[in-house]
Amino acid sequence: MRALAAFLAARLIRALIAVWLVSTVVFVVMRLSGDPVPLLLPPDAPRSEYARVAKELGTDRPLPVQYAVFLGHVVQGDFGRSIHFRLPAMRVALDYLPATLELGLTAFALAVLVAVPVGVISAVRRNTAVDHVAMAVALIGQSAPTFFLGILFILLLSLKAGLLPTSGRGDWTHVVLPALTLGAFSMASIARLTRSALLEVLRQDYVRTARAKGLREWRVVAKHALRNAAIPVLTITGLQLGTLLGASVVTETVFAWPGLGRLAIHSIYNRDYPIVQCVVFLSALVFIVINFVIEIAYGFLDPRIRPR
Amino acid sequence: MASSIPASVPAEALPVDVARGGRVTRRTRRLVAAGLAFVLLLALVAIAAPWLAPHDPVRQSLRVRLVAPTLAAADGLAHPLGTDHLGRDVLSRTIFGARVSLVVGFAAVLVGSVVGAALGILAGYRGGWTDTVIMTVADAQLAFPFVLLAIGIIGVLGPSFPTLVVVIGLSGWVDYARVLRSQVLILKGREFVDAIHALGGAVPRIVTRHILPNVLSTLVVIATLQLARAIVLEATLSFLGLGIQPPTPSWGGMIQEGREYLDSAWWISIFPGCLLLLTSLVVSRSGDWLRDLLDPTLRASRLGDGDADPRRRRFVTAPPDAHGHLRACRARSPHRS
Repeated sequence: MRALAAFLAARLIRALIAVWLVSTVVFVVMRLSGDPVPLLLPPDAPRSEYARVAKELGTDRPLPVQYAVFLGHVVQGDFGRSIHFRLPAMRVALDYLPATLELGLTAFALAVLVAVPVGVISAVRRNTAVDHVAMAVALIGQSAPTFFLGILFILLLSLKAGLLPTSGRGDWTHVVLPALTLGAFSMASIARLTRSALLEVLRQDYVRTARAKGLREWRVVAKHALRNAAIPVLTITGLQLGTLLGASVVTETVFAWPGLGRLAIHSIYNRDYPIVQCVVFLSALVFIVINFVIEIAYGFLDPRIRPR
Repeated sequence: MASSIPASVPAEALPVDVARGGRVTRRTRRLVAAGLAFVLLLALVAIAAPWLAPHDPVRQSLRVRLVAPTLAAADGLAHPLGTDHLGRDVLSRTIFGARVSLVVGFAAVLVGSVVGAALGILAGYRGGWTDTVIMTVADAQLAFPFVLLAIGIIGVLGPSFPTLVVVIGLSGWVDYARVLRSQVLILKGREFVDAIHALGGAVPRIVTRHILPNVLSTLVVIATLQLARAIVLEATLSFLGLGIQPPTPSWGGMIQEGREYLDSAWWISIFPGCLLLLTSLVVSRSGDWLRDLLDPTLRASRLGDGDADPRRRRFVTAPPDAHGHLRACRARSPHRS
């Protein structure tokens, strides 16, 4: 039990270090961008006004103090007020979070539901045409730039075939293309991995034993092989969930999906830095938390990983 | 590397498996050569762009706006891949776009490999606190979506060539560092390093003359995989308007410009996009093949698949393992890591 506690503590510390590093980078970048005061004032504002705003923002104080104040605010989830929305940055970002979660989770579900069966079929029908085609598509899916994949889907499935809407958020048809685009990389990775994990297991002696005692092939695969191939697949699958949620910037931009990623890009164009910082921090946090949970879950699933 | 079969052993003397391995190696060598040829061709096109491109890539002509691929447009000129919304020739722009992709790609790989290799070798060789600090930072970087941060950084600093190269380059240093660190850890324990130490060899000399040559092939493999990543990342940033700025043609920028005209003039986006997809596919596959070729210990040849043991992939709880991580480098998306 103590070993487990130490294991959890080590993971937690690592996650906290990651969060701290993210906020530090956010701070450094914000400082590098120069003095924020002129951004907030009209060009003809008097000097006294500059001094007042600088005092209000705390930019007149020494850097280490500013850093400490900044960290204090981050702990409270305070990233300042959005220049564009005139609201606390965190509140704006939280408004946009559900759309990103919806897209990410749909993409994830789609990826798993398609990839695992494809991987299993590829492994069982190894070196057949089905296997070759599936793996070729998976390879392309792994190398294709997400944004171009989105453009291709829009052109072929939306504009030419007229099957699905091109952009925006509405009923369920709106989420299909973005989810497919966002999930393509994960889908390809999970399919390839399921295949190779299953192939690895199918070579084992206990599978031969199962066959030797006259079990039907599907039973061998479903009951004996698949369960043993599941752990590596679960791991990667979990990691993919983290990356999906943290990085839908590109997909959201392509499909005009009103989520965190699009908010970030818009805020960059608007020079609305409190929002940018907040979104970067929030996404990193979601990503880190998911990875943390997965690591722990994995530790429980696979006794070999668990520390003795 | 250590476990590779010496070239002098005749094929008949080897077990059947290894003989088959030889055939696989020959095939892999051809594939690597083909991949290299593709990159060289692309590089030649990029260098010779001013002579190869039929038109000036930035010259606008309102008479020939949004012309479909044709050999005789209204201006009496051939536009084999059509023209864009400003009447610029898509073929010429695609050819010039290769310059941006390759220059940014190679420069970023250079930055990433120098930083990553130096820190990885340092961590592996020095051990102790140096190692702990470097690897903690590496783990932390893997633990959040760097692309989003890159977008934030470039958004705030403003897009410029050096910013782009440094940000893309640094986004990949962890891969080099982690793999080289574990290789150096193994090398450090080998007798020849002890022997040079005993003979009075200085540490910098040992590292540059004896460690570096031994990890060079690994470095090349990671650099190849990273090149694909860097090219896609550059295109992605350009697509978002945070990369190379117009009017300089870049593939990502062209795809962005053509997005509004997708319904009526698909060629603006699709041609550069297909070339980008092809480049990414060929370069990353070449990295896989190169890995199989240069380091047979990494090859999961029995499965004919590079991703054989996922437990050794990028997963922070797994034991530090160069081979597993090298495989995992491929498993990371250009957009996410």
